[in-house]
Amino acid sequence: MGEMRGRRSVVVTFASTFDALEAERLCGRAGVPGRLIPTPSHLSAECGLAWRLPPDAASRSAFERAVAGAVVPAAFVEVLG
Amino acid sequence: MIYLNCAATSIARPPCVGEAVCAALAGAGSAARGAAGEDLAAARLVFDARCELARLFGFDHPERLVFTHNATLALNQAILGTVRRGDHVVATAYEHNSVLRPLSFLARERGVAVDIIPVEPTGALDMAAAERLITPGTRLVAISHASNLTGAVLPVARIARLAHDAGALVLVDAAQTAGALPVDWGELGADLLAFTGHKALMGPTGTGGLIVGPCVEVVPLVHGGTGVQSALDDQPDAYPEHLEAGTLNTAGIAGLAAAARFVASASPASIHGRLQGLRARLVEGLAAARAVRVLGAHDGMEHLATVALTVGDLDAALVSDRLACDFGIVTRSGLHCAPRAHEALGTRERGAVRLSMGYYTTDAEVDRAVSALAAIAREEA
Repeated sequence: MGEMRGRRSVVVTFASTFDALEAERLCGRAGVPGRLIPTPSHLSAECGLAWRLPPDAASRSAFERAVAGAVVPAAFVEVLG
Repeated sequence: MIYLNCAATSIARPPCVGEAVCAALAGAGSAARGAAGEDLAAARLVFDARCELARLFGFDHPERLVFTHNATLALNQAILGTVRRGDHVVATAYEHNSVLRPLSFLARERGVAVDIIPVEPTGALDMAAAERLITPGTRLVAISHASNLTGAVLPVARIARLAHDAGALVLVDAAQTAGALPVDWGELGADLLAFTGHKALMGPTGTGGLIVGPCVEVVPLVHGGTGVQSALDDQPDAYPEHLEAGTLNTAGIAGLAAAARFVASASPASIHGRLQGLRARLVEGLAAARAVRVLGAHDGMEHLATVALTVGDLDAALVSDRLACDFGIVTRSGLHCAPRAHEALGTRERGAVRLSMGYYTTDAEVDRAVSALAAIAREEA
């Protein structure tokens, strides 16, 4: 996943670790790109898990379709790095 | 030794349980305390375990299945987290001290009114009393899925309907039944369900959990680190972290997940059928021993493979000791942490001998127990 480093990406945050892991499971099943990362500290004081995905609209749509009805993300935040 | 104390713990476990524990001890990190490598793997392990157990209980909200160290902690969390000062609670006389003692504490310290649904001398639950005692305003009704003394499977769904009609929450203690028969969240009508991992589920000691229904609010019993929302002064509202402060028993949970997969694969209904066969073999085998009295034999209820009995006027501890020393059979005597059930069945003073069988108990072991008890009974006759 080094290809994301230094580039823009979208970080999805969650209310609980369970939701983050459920998102990972659902995205893995649906073939949606991305991976779990530590929640960046500038987004919140979380030390939990977040999901990082490419910044394009198609990736976000694919993510939202994959988790629909199962996980409600707390926020989508575009980040650099 | 022949181990007939499976209602206390599983002495034999599927090999996959120990293997999973060892693998986790050798390599699992800290769940929700890091986001890479072994820590992330540990978080996935706990996530998978939560989902596996939720499936086993027919529960659709795995995030609201929280891990505890045992059923006792789960029951305390459920009771102390839902009952408020001055509330009214109803429990059955079959309850374990894990329910009775928190309720006694609440009655003494917080003015909680506690009513107990009596058990009749036959072992049947007094349903007329249940209808009378569960009233509008009752906060919580606590009921064992099955007695840890006689093995009787209690009419949980009927009690739950009475409770819900009165607006009360239903707490089911599934310590004896999880893994021993199908435990279905929807069929039981539970709002809260406590289970242990180390009895019929055949997982490790130090594991268990509490299932919290989607609309049930529970105040945390334990407060502390969760690995998420660390800036908050209070426990996060989101589950499972709401009720899971502190580092989880990852190795134990790994073993519990392996056990749950084993039980699911074997089918709880099939396991129950086999265990019922063992119970019938024991009870029928003892029928000729006139000095032996099986508690709750005529209670009209279905039973787990747990049999409590007395032999003439002998002290239960003496019978249990003879079974161990002269016949190599491990049982449990005393009050089994169920004093009110013993009182109802007339054995509070001298206790009873409990023989409880499990997944790995064989017909031959049951036959040895029958012969041993028959021999002791002959001496008593």
